[in-house]
Amino acid sequence: MSEHIAPLKIYFFVFVALMVLTLLTWRISYIDLGQWNTVVALLIAVCKASLVAAFFMHLRWSASVMRLVLFAAIFWLSILISLTIGDIFSRHVLPQPQSWHAAAAITNPSATAQGR
Amino acid sequence: MHNSQAVVAEQFDDRVQQHEAASLGMWIFLATEIMFFGGLFTGYTVYRNLYTTAFETGSHLLNARIGALNTAILIASSLTMALAVHSAQTGKRAKLIFFIISTMCLGAAFLLIKFFFEWTHDYAEGFVPGLHFTYAGPHASHVALFMCFYFIMTGVHALHMVAGEGVLTVLLIMAWRGRFNQERYNAIEMMGLYWHFVDIVWIFLFPLLYLLGARF
Repeated sequence: MSEHIAPLKIYFFVFVALMVLTLLTWRISYIDLGQWNTVVALLIAVCKASLVAAFFMHLRWSASVMRLVLFAAIFWLSILISLTIGDIFSRHVLPQPQSWHAAAAITNPSATAQGR
Repeated sequence: MHNSQAVVAEQFDDRVQQHEAASLGMWIFLATEIMFFGGLFTGYTVYRNLYTTAFETGSHLLNARIGALNTAILIASSLTMALAVHSAQTGKRAKLIFFIISTMCLGAAFLLIKFFFEWTHDYAEGFVPGLHFTYAGPHASHVALFMCFYFIMTGVHALHMVAGEGVLTVLLIMAWRGRFNQERYNAIEMMGLYWHFVDIVWIFLFPLLYLLGARF
């Protein structure tokens, strides 16, 4: 045989683990952990996704180029998210250049009155 | 077009190479899907951080119990899909047909709950921006924004499931006609990759949309 055939019990084990994690993340959402609610929910989601990818999607046994594609996708996604968030949440920290206000005054005189 | 004799297509050296080429193609497609859903997740992250209270309120309006039930159904369908791939790999035709049908039924159950129970309920409650939005509590316009994300993200996800059901129907007919055996099952396995990917998207949607609203 060329491709790996995983033993059946691994699938059932992963299934039970996914169900337990689903129950866990659902029940934890009723407990007040403050900021940690988000962190815990996302950590559990990452664990579940990793289980699905590694065993159901056979990533554990497939050629490493498949993992490379997945990591490339996650890498580009992290660039998308981090740069977008970096932009949005640094706008009030870093002042706009004066020249932008001057340009806005020419194209749209009412906008400069309110500023930003 | 379909050569039922040759297991390995002309352009490949052997089955291993053919299998890896198919897997790589599917994974690259899934990478584009990650970027597609990634845009929605990025938008959601930004607006959730800008309007945290409104998004928590919106999240609270959704029924987490139905969300959890649908998560369980989808995970079960992923299990049956994995078992279908296993049956194909070991050349068990009857089992393959049974597990494809099981996967389709569980997927249909997910969609039926979503369309006829959850969204119908959301519409009756007036949570649908543009069509029927009657929520008038604090931050109403930002709750509407949350609902837009909710309907677009779950809607696009549901669309992926409908497409999956269509491909599964084709594979079911092919399995019925005995097109798959121990040496020829790439199509089933690639469908499995797609189905599990859609499951993973839901694994992230469930906590982000349903669970991150203060329920305590």
